Amino acid sequence: MKFGIMVNEGPYQHQASDTAYQFAKAVLAKGHEVYRVFFYHDGVNNGTRLTVPPQDDRNIVTRWSELAAKHNLDLVVCVAAAQRRGLLDESEAKRHGRDANNIAAGFRISGLGQLVEAGIQADRMVVFGD
Amino acid sequence: MLHTVNKSPFERNTLKTCLAHAKPGSAVLLIEDGVYAALSGTAHSDMVTQAMAQVSVYALGPDLDARGVANRVLNGIKVVDYAGFVDLAIEHPATQSWL
Repeated sequence: MKFGIMVNEGPYQHQASDTAYQFAKAVLAKGHEVYRVFFYHDGVNNGTRLTVPPQDDRNIVTRWSELAAKHNLDLVVCVAAAQRRGLLDESEAKRHGRDANNIAAGFRISGLGQLVEAGIQADRMVVFGD
Repeated sequence: MLHTVNKSPFERNTLKTCLAHAKPGSAVLLIEDGVYAALSGTAHSDMVTQAMAQVSVYALGPDLDARGVANRVLNGIKVVDYAGFVDLAIEHPATQSWL
């Protein structure tokens, strides 16, 4: 079965990103597919590679990147939410004249159409947020 | 329909709203701070017990453990892990997250 997952809360805020991650892992462990993880609102902050949490704490961003690499996941960050919060990839940084980008490995910036498509293509859509 | 509730009933009224909307036969999964609604002997225990006549109520075990309250769960509430969460999402045609 195909799952779409939506994350609307940033890392280290409450628990939404952690729950979404554990849920995604459980989906994959059962042999199902994660069609896409869509990060919206403050959820886009899960995709910045500049986070440096304490060493004895979980690294929420890296954890998503590693899961994406291992299972070839599609981690999509909403472009408008990302621009508002200073999350840029190389082309977005160039387009807006910024001197750096900060998107983490495995994430890509795209639009709400990707959320709609995930809702159509996936058998189940589960939302995590605040 | 699977409903998930992630806020404590002592903080928000999402569980109350959820239970008012949930149709008989649907499932309610308490996650994150929502698991505080699964405890016995609280001001919200009666509401949850009454709801269980109409809907199945589940609580996420890892979130109960993280809060040290796994030994206080109301009779009738089924404790599941993340794999059980996935199973519930599959069993029910849609999931509504009460945020």
